[in-house]
Amino acid sequence: MKLSVKKTVALIGAIAMAGSLAACGNSNSASSGSSSSSSVTKFDPNKKVTVNVWAWEPTLTPVVKAFEKKYPNVTVKLTNSGTNSAAYTALDNALKAGKGAPDIAQIEYYAVPQYAINHKLADLSAYGAEKYKSTFTTGTWNSVHWAGKLYALPQDSGPMAFFYNKEVFDKAGISEAPKTWDEFYEDAKKIRQAGSYITSDSGDAGFYDSMVWAFGGRPFKTSGTNVTVNLTGDAGAKKFTEYWQKMIDEGLIDTKTKGWTDDWNRALGDGSIAGLLTGAWMPANLVSGAGAAAGKWRVAKMPTLKEGEKANAENGGSSLAMLAGSKGAEAAAAYKFLEFATAGDGVDIRVKAGNFPASAKAMKESSFLDATTVSDSNGKPVEYFGGQKFNEVLAEAAEDVTSGYQFLPYEVYARGIYGDTAGAAFTGKTTLTKGIADWQAKIISYGKQQGFNVKQ
Amino acid sequence: MSSTRQNAAQTATAQASDGKRMIGLEMLQGANAARTGAEPVYLEGRAAKKAEKKRQKAIEKGLAEERKRSAKTGFSNPTNPRRSWGLTLVTGIFAVYCLFPFLWLLINSTKTQKDFVSTFGLGFGKSFNLWQNIQTVFTYQDGIFGRWFLNTLLYVIVGAGGATLLAIMGGYALAKFDFPGRKAVFAVVIGSISVPGIALAVPQFLLFAKLNLTNTPWAMIIPSLISPFGLYLMWIFSDQAVPTSLIEAARVDGASEFRTFFTISLPLLAPGIVTTALFTIVATWNNYFLPLIMLKDPDWYPLTIGLNQWNSQSTTAGAKAIQNLVVTGSLLTIIPVVVAFLCLQKYWQSGLAAGAVKE
Repeated sequence: MKLSVKKTVALIGAIAMAGSLAACGNSNSASSGSSSSSSVTKFDPNKKVTVNVWAWEPTLTPVVKAFEKKYPNVTVKLTNSGTNSAAYTALDNALKAGKGAPDIAQIEYYAVPQYAINHKLADLSAYGAEKYKSTFTTGTWNSVHWAGKLYALPQDSGPMAFFYNKEVFDKAGISEAPKTWDEFYEDAKKIRQAGSYITSDSGDAGFYDSMVWAFGGRPFKTSGTNVTVNLTGDAGAKKFTEYWQKMIDEGLIDTKTKGWTDDWNRALGDGSIAGLLTGAWMPANLVSGAGAAAGKWRVAKMPTLKEGEKANAENGGSSLAMLAGSKGAEAAAAYKFLEFATAGDGVDIRVKAGNFPASAKAMKESSFLDATTVSDSNGKPVEYFGGQKFNEVLAEAAEDVTSGYQFLPYEVYARGIYGDTAGAAFTGKTTLTKGIADWQAKIISYGKQQGFNVKQ
Repeated sequence: MSSTRQNAAQTATAQASDGKRMIGLEMLQGANAARTGAEPVYLEGRAAKKAEKKRQKAIEKGLAEERKRSAKTGFSNPTNPRRSWGLTLVTGIFAVYCLFPFLWLLINSTKTQKDFVSTFGLGFGKSFNLWQNIQTVFTYQDGIFGRWFLNTLLYVIVGAGGATLLAIMGGYALAKFDFPGRKAVFAVVIGSISVPGIALAVPQFLLFAKLNLTNTPWAMIIPSLISPFGLYLMWIFSDQAVPTSLIEAARVDGASEFRTFFTISLPLLAPGIVTTALFTIVATWNNYFLPLIMLKDPDWYPLTIGLNQWNSQSTTAGAKAIQNLVVTGSLLTIIPVVVAFLCLQKYWQSGLAAGAVKE
């Protein structure tokens, strides 16, 4: 038994070598240069293979159909193994068991470092994926790199924007969306007087990270196994923490309605929460979650510290990564699918289905920019933003995303304990400054346990 | 003819109003006597209904009086116990509490997604959408809900059915056969009842992953086959319900052990079997954690995991919330369990009481 496994491995290796040699012989030097490493198997469209993909992104379903039509011998098995942390738990379990892990997994940008540092992901530069640098927005392209290597291809992005209920803003006597954070604060007061909240936050770690990013903060730095955590000293983090504490203290944001609950949806629908600082993927959720407010909402760029400044952040967004355990013909076909879904025909299909792309090219298409409707649960187009060409604003927001923000190499864990530490500030039990200091202490001690050299 | 009927009805009424001191059964006999004393009269149609209603009223009155008397004297008839307002109120509140989620489910399954998130939770939506919702539940994502339904049925029939069968045979063997190691088996069974299934799920997952069985229906069925509680229940039940002398008689007559089990013992065990079956069916039907970690392929999901996946769409960035389908799907999911309970509840009750009194 063991011998035969060894033999097959050897055989695959031999085929792979022969394949890459043939590639060298047949094609010009430019293309062989792009598929630099000889260890990867070349994709053979005539070979029957099955590629396993774990992803929760709903728009991948039509992409799979199109891909299978183009390559009839490749079967793509798309599995929804849960969303966000549930998906990572499932992936971790499969990796731990050593069996049943997929070829491709959807991984959010903040989780890419975690899997990259543990060598769970394949280095895609071996497949020549570096050539897509200009295809994607800078922010997302940076997010799929770790220690100079490319570990995933961006699938969608979430440049932040300010979504607001214009009816409530009008009622409060505000004629246009706030441009600076000072204006946002003043508007929040007016909206509170009108009986609504300008936005809600009951302790969301992803939101905190993104806002620190938007405020110019860079609290986490990693090189190799050296990690610096500086939430208490970083200027941007400090500025946002203090700003948000002021909002909480004066009761200007709704800290009771938990995000993504039915209550939250209801509040967005009836105007008691009149705004959201969130990623560009929000329109689809607004339509199905807060359908009652259709036509009343608008999209504006994020407020900034100084008026006219280009300072935006990403919130959410995910990539497709290939697992290091994927080998041979499966891996070759898996990469083909990865390419197709993120940089090929798949992008258009997904944009049409309502996905906010990570592709800079797709964001320039007029069919994308001119859209005024979002499709609801039944696929019916709804003019949710009152006829506004909302994607124009969102595409601009994507360009404003600042670079250089790094996630922790164990960001999934860190976000998981945010609620236990900083979360108490939202119920008034502590201040956000103290809560963040507590969060930082826990992040540092966990990092040390995991064998990182963590500095403050 | 019609006058005779009226007369008979009047007689019955007169008897009933006379029977102030009579109580239920006696009065019933009295009314019969009145009828049979004269020529036999068969009441028809409305008059018969009327007479019956009156009779029931009279019986009720008699019963109420008996209860009043027993409240004074302290002697009460066990078949006509005294009523307590306090207890009725408490059980009433409890019934409302239990039925409340069901009511919510019923109301909300008639709403569209838009109404679901925008209208009052216990009020109806702007349109009645139940039939469309049911239709969409069965057609959404190429009708995967039907597949989940069949999967759940498979797990219940093979898993819970197998668990019941194993529990019956094991319990019977432990109760009626003496063999070395019986005490040890008892200790193991009692021990395994106290270990919650959730605690075993992760080791089971790692084990099944080694056997290459995760993501297959076996990962659901094999763990479901084991029901220590069912085994224990059948053990106790067999001990009580099957007289050893009966088995001995069968042996003396030359029946094989298998024949004795199937033709003599099994019918006697029926109430216990139904109880065990209900326990295992409900446990398998509602099993959540095991399929959650074992299965990744939606084609093998049971309803619990499938519905949860639909539900998580509403908290997924960029995905469409389909909570109306989740609610309608949940309603459809509980219907089989409700039906099973209604059909089998008398067995369930007698099964629960089994062994309570030593006879």
